[in-house]
Amino acid sequence: MKKHKKNRNVAIVGIGQTHHSSHREDVNQPEMIHEAVELALKDAGIGIEDVDALVHGNMELFEMVHQPDLWHVIGTGGYGKACYRVTTGGTTGATIVGVGDNIVASGLHDIVMIIGFEKQQEGHTTGGITNMADPLWARNLQTGALTGATAEKTINEFGADRAKRAAMRLRVTLDKHASLNPHAHRNFGLDYDQIDDLMVNSPQLVGELRLIHMCSQSDGAVAIILACEEKAKKISKKPVWIRDHVTVHREETFNMFGINENQEVTHHNAARKLFGRNGITNPREYFDVFEMYDPSSWWGLDWLREFLQLEGDEHLKMVENDEVSINGSFPLNPSGGVISTNPIGATAALRVAEAALQVRGDAGAHQIPREVKHALASGFGGTFWTVLFMLEKDLDWQEAE
Amino acid sequence: MTEENKHCYIKEGKLALPYQYFAGRIGSKFLVSLRDKKKILGVKCEKCGKVFIPPRKTCERCFEDISEKWVELSNEGEVTNFTVVRTDDKHHPRKAPYVLAMIKLGGADTPIAHILDGVDPDSVKIGMKVKAVFADKAVNTMLQIDRFEPVK
Repeated sequence: MKKHKKNRNVAIVGIGQTHHSSHREDVNQPEMIHEAVELALKDAGIGIEDVDALVHGNMELFEMVHQPDLWHVIGTGGYGKACYRVTTGGTTGATIVGVGDNIVASGLHDIVMIIGFEKQQEGHTTGGITNMADPLWARNLQTGALTGATAEKTINEFGADRAKRAAMRLRVTLDKHASLNPHAHRNFGLDYDQIDDLMVNSPQLVGELRLIHMCSQSDGAVAIILACEEKAKKISKKPVWIRDHVTVHREETFNMFGINENQEVTHHNAARKLFGRNGITNPREYFDVFEMYDPSSWWGLDWLREFLQLEGDEHLKMVENDEVSINGSFPLNPSGGVISTNPIGATAALRVAEAALQVRGDAGAHQIPREVKHALASGFGGTFWTVLFMLEKDLDWQEAE
Repeated sequence: MTEENKHCYIKEGKLALPYQYFAGRIGSKFLVSLRDKKKILGVKCEKCGKVFIPPRKTCERCFEDISEKWVELSNEGEVTNFTVVRTDDKHHPRKAPYVLAMIKLGGADTPIAHILDGVDPDSVKIGMKVKAVFADKAVNTMLQIDRFEPVK
């Protein structure tokens, strides 16, 4: 694997997020974003005047607003600054962190604030997503993350009872995590004795993808401040280093009716590249936490295998043995994940933010009860985009040869 | 039609884009004041002294929270710019020709866009003094000010 070298180190020095909810009638879009911006600046202990550039992102058309970055300036503090608007579907939140990482690492800017938001209550998400379909050749038909295909695949491979039970166990585990996160949009107070009931009685959306398996539609925003090493060490007592990130996608080749089952999933490809060029041979052992973009419990279950490069039924066992719970050996989404909270343009950035809070030890009630030195965070969206981040507590890693 | 584009087909499409726009707590207070008290409110940044209308939570220059810094503005102001709409369309609020003006109210630093009636479009001038005429019914948008008219 080719050696990957960064021009200079980049750290997360400030994090702010709103409370996430399906109802934010009290604020307009710039006001909601401003809540996250203020909290991030306060967390970093700097003023907006210290920020050199902004990277702003959300889903195209979800609020039916053209160029939201322009009229959000009232809330973002972007007046007179270098501003970038980025939109890559559900992956947006991760891509904006990636852009921030790149423009700081390159030396273009020293301090950059990334802002992800969505206010889905105002818009029409299906209207936005449906625009993706090719009107002539009917390609790229998308219903967002609503697909029963992974449920069917998992059931075919491991049997209906075991597969359904594992997906629902993961769902309950993440609900328990969400109940510890005061920012989380939804927590239902689920418990493991409800698994049998939910497997049968939760309304079906597509095949065995049931309502309870599926992520929410949320309103919310997150702001993350990134700084170069020199500034980061001055600003923050607990900078969290972005060791590396990778983006993998397959754009228009995704086609629901012609998917190549033997094609490597982008998550697997991204993890293979990232781990390979950083010399990570056993990710399950190396990483102390994984904040995964999990649009549904079926995908969350299946993607454990893809990201961690697992064979056979290892991913099912991790869930069945509670290894993925907050007290387990490989905690997954201690925040509650996307299933509990999904303000889409912010969602993937929240994975990085939550992973960084774990590394800092500042996650509060959903802090993993042991030291977190190495964190993994993923973004997902569109026609299978993957962005994967490695975060580190200490600047002590060796460059892989 | 040339030979080259004779057989180039096009699929026609049309999108419906339903959405809502939230005024928020601050914008709503402004609209309620227009409706119930016929008073036009702005918010003042105490750092730079600017008075903004429509109201906003934050001064984008100073980044100060100004959401509770309400000031009452005059119902009268002056035209800072304008355009004459000379085509009819079902979405337009008036039959052409009519005037859309930028109007800076007394006490405000930012102008608002509104309809200017009661004047021959060809005699509108920048600097012209105008006053707000409020709607009789609850509208709950900027059309709670039904129109502006010249100060006689």
